[in-house]
Amino acid sequence: MSTLSIDKISMRFDLPNGSHVQALKDISLEIKSGELMSVLGPSGCGKTTLLNIVAGFLAPTEGSMTLNNHHITGPDAERGMVFQQGALFEWMSVRENVSFGPRMKGQREAEWRDNVDHLLDIVGLRDFKDKSVFELSGGMQQRVALARCLANDPDVILMDEPLGALDALTREKMQGLVLKLWKETGKTIILITHSVEEALLLGERLLVLAPRPGRIHREYRLPFADMGVGHDLREVKKHPEFAEKREEILSMIWDMEEEIMGNAAEASA
Amino acid sequence: MIILLIYTSIFIAGFFLVRFGVKRLMQTRADFTSLKTVTFGDESAVRPDRWASVISVVTIFLLWGAFTGSKWAPIHAPAPFIGDTEITYTLQAPDGSTDDATIALRVHKFGEDPASPEIDAGTGFAKNDAEIVSAGRTKTVLFDKNDDAKRRDGAKIIAINGQPITQGQSVSFASGSVSLTDKGAIQITPSGGMQMEPIWLPPPEKVVSRFVEISTEGYQGFTLWEHLGYSLFRVVLGFLLGALVGIPLGYAMGLSNWFRGWFDPIVEFMRPVPPLALIPLVIIWAGIGEVGKIILLFLAALWIMAIAARAGVSGVNITKVHAAYSLGASRFQLMRHVIVPNSLPEIFTGARVAMGVCWGTVVAAELVAAEKGAGMMIMVASRFQLTDIVIMGIILIGIIGYGIDILMRIAEKTLVPWKGRS
Ligand SMILES: Nc1ncnc2c1ncn2[C@@H]1O[C@H](COP(=O)(O)OP(=O)(O)O)[C@@H](O)[C@H]1O
Ligand SMILES: [Mg+2]
Repeated sequence: MSTLSIDKISMRFDLPNGSHVQALKDISLEIKSGELMSVLGPSGCGKTTLLNIVAGFLAPTEGSMTLNNHHITGPDAERGMVFQQGALFEWMSVRENVSFGPRMKGQREAEWRDNVDHLLDIVGLRDFKDKSVFELSGGMQQRVALARCLANDPDVILMDEPLGALDALTREKMQGLVLKLWKETGKTIILITHSVEEALLLGERLLVLAPRPGRIHREYRLPFADMGVGHDLREVKKHPEFAEKREEILSMIWDMEEEIMGNAAEASA
Repeated sequence: MIILLIYTSIFIAGFFLVRFGVKRLMQTRADFTSLKTVTFGDESAVRPDRWASVISVVTIFLLWGAFTGSKWAPIHAPAPFIGDTEITYTLQAPDGSTDDATIALRVHKFGEDPASPEIDAGTGFAKNDAEIVSAGRTKTVLFDKNDDAKRRDGAKIIAINGQPITQGQSVSFASGSVSLTDKGAIQITPSGGMQMEPIWLPPPEKVVSRFVEISTEGYQGFTLWEHLGYSLFRVVLGFLLGALVGIPLGYAMGLSNWFRGWFDPIVEFMRPVPPLALIPLVIIWAGIGEVGKIILLFLAALWIMAIAARAGVSGVNITKVHAAYSLGASRFQLMRHVIVPNSLPEIFTGARVAMGVCWGTVVAAELVAAEKGAGMMIMVASRFQLTDIVIMGIILIGIIGYGIDILMRIAEKTLVPWKGRS
């Protein structure tokens, strides 16, 4: 039903000095309802740009996107977004943050109370619901951001390095939570990361982008997300196939990085 | 000079006394900061020493009292000589014979007008004189007016109190100094001491008694509270009007290209113009009444608040705006739930600055022209050289300004607790 299709999207930034950056070139994708797709690539390859276009914050210079058979022209509640950090509203309590979407729709408290309390339970913040968000740790803040996004019941959830600012332990717990939420809610999720392990763990599909211009380099279908649901992620990481894929993708990205460095050296020579 | 020296030595002595005396005796708490080994250069480890603050304030009052002869100060700087004294001069007649005579001197406080001391003429050709002089002032004594031997005939003074002296020299005596002018007349200067006269700086108790007097009887037809209240009223009204116009203007400038383009030149031009420079123009336009002052304060607050609101809007993290839109917020909801609350910390900072500027401006405006107000009170008092009222006014103005700032800070703490926490 809710298929997100991206059709030959290109994005070119014209710079003030007259030159331009081809951030994305001819990206075509089809993401089915309930799919969990991670996007990986060297930094500067256009991951954020792609996500901003899908979210509707940027209009692509070429190409178009449809969700549920209508064109995407701007931000909308059907596409929720989880940012790396700084997107929570400090002047609201945890509960007010989570209920923001429903309240903006004009729902009364009676209508959203149960759902919001349920989500706060799932992300383990029931006892913190009346706290101010600036009193919470980074991991807790990201759980609030996840709950806030889910409370709005979007068709697609877009995440731009949502766990990038967290320490390794918190990050691992949060990866488990993302998998759990994905399974329980059945949402379509696109998750950007620069961690190869995270991309492998949290992607049924894994998209590797190549830079300059940003384009799809390879796509994988992976079993690890399904294996990880409800299980210890460290066990998944011990899987021989996991290690093999990790090496393969790491060296792929290394090659890309070297190519960039080489190009830069040539350009400056 | 001497005062600065004393002040510096109290500063240093206090430091060593507290450091090695008081602190040794007291058990200091082992909180986190006191356990830091690196404190020099770590600004967060610098906390005001309460002892230093107390000694600092006490020192100011002590110096004030000591150098104004206050009854409250336990020690005093040398006071000027007041009372009766006398000197003896030895006059040499042209023929070489000498005779002594005394000058009885009555030294009185500045502004008083006592009678001359009673004397008898004495014997010999040099006759006794009587003079009055204000404390610390110099008096030229034409001693020979009543003497039988005159200076123009060749008589001259050869000694004062037995000490030899010639023209242009001076000798000191117990309560002052005496010198001879080039023409041979006597100049007596009773010692002025090191205390300030009340007309320069009255002692603290005079300021306090003035405060009591004016707060019960009023000044220039208005009670003290009316003077202060009117100044405060002008500030609050002017500030509120400025905020009422300035904040929406700042928002509009932060949200719309057209508003930004239209008002940028105006705001950027008006911002560096000190409100004090507008006083003459406002007086020409609106007179010296309430309207002029409110307009002035309105203008003082307007630009500050507009710039603060604009900064508040442009300071919003773009991810918050994106998040709100993708959660389904409309433009109005974005404004109401994101832009406005996000800009409140900036607006409060601006409001604190604006209140400070308004308070300064209102006092200055009242100095120029007003019928009532804190500034008018000290302006009128200074015309009558009532220094105690001037100092009382300055202290009250300082206290109120400080009070306003504290209130604003409390309001900020309670209303925007998330300030600086994002
Ligand atoms: N607003 C912009 N103006 C100009 N260039 C941009 C802008 N946003 C991104 N870019 C360029 O587009 C490329 C991709 O950026 P981005 O999508 O942020 O990469 P990633 O998220 O993969 O690190 C980069 O080269 C970046 O410099
Ligand atoms: Mg990025």
